[in-house]
Amino acid sequence: MDVSLYRRRRRRNWMAMFLSLAATLVGLGWLVLILGVLLWEGFSGLSLKVFTEMTPPPGADGGLLNPIAGSLIMTVLAVLFGTPVGILAGTYMAEYGRYARTTSVVRFINDILLSAPSIIVGLFIYEVMVAQMGHFSAWAGAVALAVIVVPVVIRTTEDMLLLVPNPLREAAAALGIPRAYIIRHVAYRAAKAGIVTGVLLAIARISGETAPLLFTALNNQFWSHNLNAPMASLPAVIFQFALSPYADWQKLAWTGALIITLAVLTLSIVARVVTGSRRQS
Amino acid sequence: MPSRAQVLVRMRLADKAFQHLTHATALAVLGLLGCIIVSLVIGSLPALRAFGFDFLVTQKWNPVTERFGALAPIYGTLITSLIAMAIAVPLGLFVAMFLTELCPLWLRRPIGIAVELLAGIPSIIYGIWGLFVFAPFLQSHVQPLLIDTFGEVPILSSLFAGPPYGIGTLTAGLILAIMVLPFITSISRDVFDTVPAVLKESAYGLGCTTWEVFRNVVLPYTRVGVIGGVMLGLGRALGETMAVTFVIGNAHKIAPSILAPGTTISATIANEFTEAVGDLYTSSLIALGLILFAITLVVLAVARYLLLRVERRLGA
Repeated sequence: MDVSLYRRRRRRNWMAMFLSLAATLVGLGWLVLILGVLLWEGFSGLSLKVFTEMTPPPGADGGLLNPIAGSLIMTVLAVLFGTPVGILAGTYMAEYGRYARTTSVVRFINDILLSAPSIIVGLFIYEVMVAQMGHFSAWAGAVALAVIVVPVVIRTTEDMLLLVPNPLREAAAALGIPRAYIIRHVAYRAAKAGIVTGVLLAIARISGETAPLLFTALNNQFWSHNLNAPMASLPAVIFQFALSPYADWQKLAWTGALIITLAVLTLSIVARVVTGSRRQS
Repeated sequence: MPSRAQVLVRMRLADKAFQHLTHATALAVLGLLGCIIVSLVIGSLPALRAFGFDFLVTQKWNPVTERFGALAPIYGTLITSLIAMAIAVPLGLFVAMFLTELCPLWLRRPIGIAVELLAGIPSIIYGIWGLFVFAPFLQSHVQPLLIDTFGEVPILSSLFAGPPYGIGTLTAGLILAIMVLPFITSISRDVFDTVPAVLKESAYGLGCTTWEVFRNVVLPYTRVGVIGGVMLGLGRALGETMAVTFVIGNAHKIAPSILAPGTTISATIANEFTEAVGDLYTSSLIALGLILFAITLVVLAVARYLLLRVERRLGA
């Protein structure tokens, strides 16, 4: 028996195992490091003032109230615009056109939109809204975010409706119920948790988006709830403050980054819990 | 009180209306992609008309004389993505291998979930970390070392030349690598999980080591899916804006050294769009966006096509 070959194979195996373990430790360690720094820098600047005061001029004290409010307003609007479109399109793909050619084309295009660069969406909305209206506005920002919401919601709605067992639909059809009613009152109800998850994931996705807001909603140093005017948003303020030379602004940028990260992580975890409880029941 | 016939008619109408409504929204998604392309093309027409094909191959970017060329941003986009993929692909595959072959069962789910949560962290977080923590670290520790080590080696000396700025092409590539790592890991893990246990067990039965099973059974079986996942990560890296904008340095020239500041398409747009004065400047930036969209569209389409092939095989 050739012992050297055996030894060589075993050595190579050990090496590969070691590399894979090392890669995991490096990869995860690195990400833990980023989160650690973020928590450290962010929490040291976190106080009640952050939530109650406006963004300060350089050198003064202040908080992040207007960008937080701006982000919330535009996110809510984006979800209001984007969710119905996403759910309806997803409904067509899973219910009416399950075997249609259109569906596979739409699915393919939707998957591409899902990972298309978000700055392109910003350019697009600039072209069709900002340039036409002649000024930056919160409306444009909200629509840009809605364009990002739609593909996420379509994807989850379709997937979740496909999971609804067909006998449910057939039982309802046997009672003579029209198809639209079956979809709305049987299929939607069965897939509710999944669809909600999709919306939550979409919110998580847009709450950190910066690129599409830079030249649609722009930014605003002051409190504004005028949807026809530029509006501050957390990501845009972080971008501006982090690149500034002022220490107070940089501190606020870290705090803003922490708020966004916590919001995104909470949303993703809640989304997971919602789907998880559905699977068990 | 409406008669039975009236109610039935109303129901049928509502039924049809709902169906057409959903159909129309599904088609609207196709229209959306069309609108994006058309609006980008219209927006970039002035620049393309003024510079023609030269736009793609000149390096000059001068807002004062209004001469614009896209070569430097295109080069920066490609080189940063190349650096990112060179690091993230092997790393991601090894992590996925750990998760599917080595990791004890009870640890698989927590690590898997952690990886997926990390994939959802907004890119601006990576950007701010890169700017304040990673770039200074590279500047004081890693880059001087690289310059000293490769200073005498013929080709590498120009690749690692110049003062350690901290920010620059290499830093942007490294940040991108960290960003796409969770994507590549979670897709490769999903693809590796599709390998039938029987295949692996037969290889083990022949006396293969874990590495040999992975190298000769799992990887060949999942090749298409892995390439699809890598392309998806590449699409992400090419279009990434915020993480790169913070650390690239925004210099419109092609430097041979990867330590020097550069720029990418997305970083150029993010940095200059709101400050662009004059139609030609704005139009040139939109033309950059059109180029980026074209590149990512091709990459993502290939990625989705490959991943679709994996799904079809599973379904069959």
